[in-house]
Order: sequence, then C-alpha cells, then structure tokens
Amino acid sequence: MTSPGDSGGRETWPLWEVFIRSSRGLSHVHAGSLHAPDETMAVRNARDLYTRRAEGVSIWVVRASDITSSDPDAKGEFFESPQGKEYRHASYYKESEAVPHL
Amino acid sequence: MNHSNHVVSTAITAESIADSSVVAPEPVAQYALGLGDDALVLAHRLGEWIANAPELEEDVALGNIGLDLLGHARSLLTYAGTAWDKSEDDLAYFRDENEFRSRQLFEQPIGDFAVTIARQLIASVYFAELYRALSRSEDPTLAAIAAKAVKEVDYHVDHSAQWLRRLGLGTEYSHERIQRGLDAMWPFVDELFRADPYATELDGIAVDSEQLRAGFDAVVPLLIVDAGLVVPSGAPAQGGGRLGLHSEALGPMLAEMQVLARAHPGATW
Repeated sequence: MTSPGDSGGRETWPLWEVFIRSSRGLSHVHAGSLHAPDETMAVRNARDLYTRRAEGVSIWVVRASDITSSDPDAKGEFFESPQGKEYRHASYYKESEAVPHL
Repeated sequence: MNHSNHVVSTAITAESIADSSVVAPEPVAQYALGLGDDALVLAHRLGEWIANAPELEEDVALGNIGLDLLGHARSLLTYAGTAWDKSEDDLAYFRDENEFRSRQLFEQPIGDFAVTIARQLIASVYFAELYRALSRSEDPTLAAIAAKAVKEVDYHVDHSAQWLRRLGLGTEYSHERIQRGLDAMWPFVDELFRADPYATELDGIAVDSEQLRAGFDAVVPLLIVDAGLVVPSGAPAQGGGRLGLHSEALGPMLAEMQVLARAHPGATW
C-alpha cells in the first residue's frame, strides 16, 4: 500500500512550499506546495499554479525539507504555557494616572 | 477563492471585439486569419499534454501556455470574422484542412517532451518578435491584441529556455533527446520567416515576416549553444501553410478538434 506523495521508488521532483505576497506592504503568506526539479522552476510552477488570477506580486519558494517545524505532539509545552499569564498582554495593565502621554 | 485582488481588466478580449462595432477591412481579416490559425493549432497541440506531461505541474504549465495561445487565436479569429459576419467558432470548427492557413511548425505532433520544448522555444521566440512588431500596427485592433500577447509570450520564451537548458545540460540521455527534438523541428523554422502572402498589401498594418528573422537569429542559436547543444543545419521543409498546404499531421488533429462542434452544431456548455 502506498501513501499520498509516495513515489513508489520512482525518482521524483522534490517538494517546495510556496509563499505569495498579495500586494505591496503585506507579508508573504503560505499558499500551498508543488513539485519542481529546482528552485528556478519552482518559482515558475508557483506562478502558474497560484497567481493566475492576479493573486500576487511576489513569490517565495523554499524546499519543504529545508523547513524545520515545531512538533505537533509537543503542543502542550510549546503553546499552552501562556495560559493564565494575561500580564503578558498590554491590555492587562491599567493606565497609570501619574504617567503622561500614554 | 479569494477574489479580493481581482483586477478590473481593460485588456482586449474576443468578447470585447465581438461586442464592439469594429469591422476588419477584408485584407486585414485575411491576414488576421492566418495569425489566428497559427495560435489555434499550437494551442490545441499543447492541450494534448494535459494529463500526459512528466509531472502534474508541467501539465499545468503547458496547459497555461496553450490557453494563452487560445486567447490570441480567439481574438484574432473573432476580429477576422467581423469582415464576413462569422464567429470565432465558425472559423475554428467549420473550415476544412485546406482552408487552414497555419504554418506547418504548429501542426507537428507533440512527440515527446523534448520535441514539444524544442517547438515551443522556436514558436515562442517567433511570436515574441511578431507581436512586438504587430503592437505598432496602424490597425488599432491588431495592435491591441498584439500588445496584450507580448507579455504572455515573453513568459513562454522563458519557460522553454529554462527547459532547454535543463534537458541540454542534464543527463546524457536528456541531452540526446532534446537535440533530437531540435533536429526534428528545425526544418519548419524557415517557413515562419517567409513572406506572408496575405501581408503584401498591408504596409504599416501587417508585419513583414522576413524582418523578424534577425531577432530570432539573435536569440535562439545562443540559447541552443548555451544549453550545450548544436544548432541544427538541414534543408528547410517545403512550407506553404499560409496557402493551405499542410503536412499529414493537421487533418487528424482537426478531426479531433472539430468533431464535437460538427456533431452538435451550436452546442454550448
């Protein structure tokens, strides 16, 4: 049985993650992924797959294997520790009468 | 789908030509028909790659190029049709093989991926030269169609040039295959730059094909050599596409392209 993305031993193009900036001043946002033989062709394939409806003004690609990500199983220790620590938000603090220009 | 960036387009389309009151003068229509046939026939050939390219992404890339060319064909045939009260579909689906004026490069079978890339490089550089010149035409509709097409075909040149390099400098096997592709397509180069019989009375409106050769020769041989390949030298093919003379490849292609419209005239979907 093969799983999605399994090449079955066939030599395949590497996977690239695509980031598109929709207009000037905004950040690049992850749009999806694709296969391409190298980074130059990956940008071109991204143009064909993700910008046909004028979605972007800039494309970044990065080889999927070059991305280091957080461990989904470590969600607790990574992302839940801020709970109960409202003092990390500016809104936690009351405006002090003695401090001008706030 | 996010349409927030939808650009309100003012670029010319087949629909905008059909909806306008513009009527092509007879000689201009005759000329536009030949250009439209070139784009239509190659668009159809590229469409044959859908689900057949080496990777899904390349299906999309070749399909995109084909759709750009289909857009050019639609505009050119719609404009030509205004002279005879015919629609783009009348012209695309209800003319026979000897009425098609496409040059013979475009009708050649897709062959393998290397043949397609070789043909696409030749065609795209030719189109880039053609549309750049045609965008200065005194006929405003032809000029507008060409101005829109230039940006698209510049990308097509890049796509083919990138692949030419990768195949030429890739493995021994890919090198051999792309050289074979170039050798197979090269005899059809010459016809592209012969005088267009329908352009003769159209000074300032039509492009003189012979004038485009220098631009082609300044680009394509260099790309071929840079990819470690040899510029083919062989006798040019007979040509005559503009006069309705075609290789054996066009008939079967048209049969497939036209069968649905002929079996169900007026069908829409």
